[in-house]
Amino acid sequence: MQALYAQLLVGLINGSFYALLSLGLAVIFGMLNIINFAHGAVYMMGAFVAYFLLNVAGIGYWPALIIAPIVVGIFGMILERTMLQWLSGLDHLYGLLLTFGLALIIQGVFQNYFGSSGLPYSIPDELKGGMNLGFMFLPIYRGWVVVFSLIVCLLTWYLIERTRLGAYLRAATENPTLVRAFGVNVPRMITLTYGLGVGLAALAGVLSAPINQVRPLMGADLIIVVFAVVVIGGMGSIMGSIITGFTLGVVEGLTKYFYPEASNTVVFVLMVLVLLVKPSGLTGRAA
Amino acid sequence: MPEVTMADPTTRAMASGAAAPVLAVRDLEAWYGESHILHGIDFDVNAGEVVTLLGRNGAGKTTTLKSVMGIIGKRKGSVRFNGQEIIRASSDRIAGKGIAFCPEERGIFASLDVRENLLLPPIVRSGGLSLDQIFELFPNLKERLKSQGTKLSGGEQQMLAIARILRTGARFLMLDEPTEGLAPVIIQQIGHTIARLKKEGFTILLVEQNFRFASTVADRYYIVEHGKVIDGFANADLQANMSKLHTYLGV
Repeated sequence: MQALYAQLLVGLINGSFYALLSLGLAVIFGMLNIINFAHGAVYMMGAFVAYFLLNVAGIGYWPALIIAPIVVGIFGMILERTMLQWLSGLDHLYGLLLTFGLALIIQGVFQNYFGSSGLPYSIPDELKGGMNLGFMFLPIYRGWVVVFSLIVCLLTWYLIERTRLGAYLRAATENPTLVRAFGVNVPRMITLTYGLGVGLAALAGVLSAPINQVRPLMGADLIIVVFAVVVIGGMGSIMGSIITGFTLGVVEGLTKYFYPEASNTVVFVLMVLVLLVKPSGLTGRAA
Repeated sequence: MPEVTMADPTTRAMASGAAAPVLAVRDLEAWYGESHILHGIDFDVNAGEVVTLLGRNGAGKTTTLKSVMGIIGKRKGSVRFNGQEIIRASSDRIAGKGIAFCPEERGIFASLDVRENLLLPPIVRSGGLSLDQIFELFPNLKERLKSQGTKLSGGEQQMLAIARILRTGARFLMLDEPTEGLAPVIIQQIGHTIARLKKEGFTILLVEQNFRFASTVADRYYIVEHGKVIDGFANADLQANMSKLHTYLGV
């Protein structure tokens, strides 16, 4: 039983990262119509910014949780202004190729300077240790990651689905021309949206640094699964990506317990099944 | 009053007895991709007027509105709004100057509820209608605030599309075929609304296929054909121009 709970927890943690990343992908896809293959690279950058902040400037985990997403978000906005914006109106394929190329360049540069092995980033003192819940031992940091990710996901959902700014965002996703003709600076909104999506990925990177170490390819490994999650959940829905992210993390964890051999492929098997039955994804709108 | 020829927009503006027009369009050309749609549109709209563009399908009426609004990519010529040249401005800047557009397809957002749709266009200046005034004009909307925007009936969607641009403070409204596909009783309500807005001092540029409807609200007409304004006359001269009109519109 202990092992089952442990795997469930691992699943929830992976699910947190899936949710944060696929949420950002969904928001970016909605506004920019771009499948952001650089998402894994910016996730990795988030972890590296946290690492630099600590080891160069002596700035710890808590400030990094805010600073890293902002720094990487600004980097993303520069990418959008200088490159991605020129692809608006073109086929998805161009955005996919450009962001894929950017991901390779970013990861290549980091690999060149830091090699492929992981750099350590320790858990902040406040979150060290664990709790005995009776039925299992819960490392506090891992509990924190799950709860904090869930809160961030729900706040993002609230921002998009329940606020005035979110109404602009949803409307511009449907009909950017008309929203602009109402006097909204849509190009600036698109830039900020890309910054938001990228910032969420960077935040996931910071959260994962103490768990998975800081490696140039940490995002490249993760992003493949995240894209499968996005395909399963469907690109259209914010809540859909959150729920699918957490659920698939748990499904993976359960598979690790019941049939470990399949744990690396279960998400992809599900993806194939969903594509066969409902190609627009479980919660997505038909293209 | 001496006979004035309507071919020259400047004379036309003087004929309607106003000073500088609110909107002055000169030699406006526009393209959709490679196809050249507008070939030199000229017309004026004066403060407080309801001006209607008439013409057959595909004549370029909608493209004219969209070009004024700045949402046609390639355009040439001159569009002056309150004396300011806006031909090269982006549509968000143009909206900021006080022009509001209600598109033919209405543009109600499916992912927004009625209230969000209504509150979506930002206030560009003071002097817009308050929500209470809007609900007084369109009582139906008040009942449906929580509904999804596209769950409304066609008539309600059209009212929502007009209502949401009245809040913004824009005093110059462009309505593209507001009566299209609607029941007579709804058309009547929209007619009352336009008359009411005119009384409140709004200036309205209307595109209509429904000539009978247009004749109940318009002060002046321009006839658009093959991307040009080929004629224009005041509502008072409507009867005199009736046979010409039948030829132009093919009705």
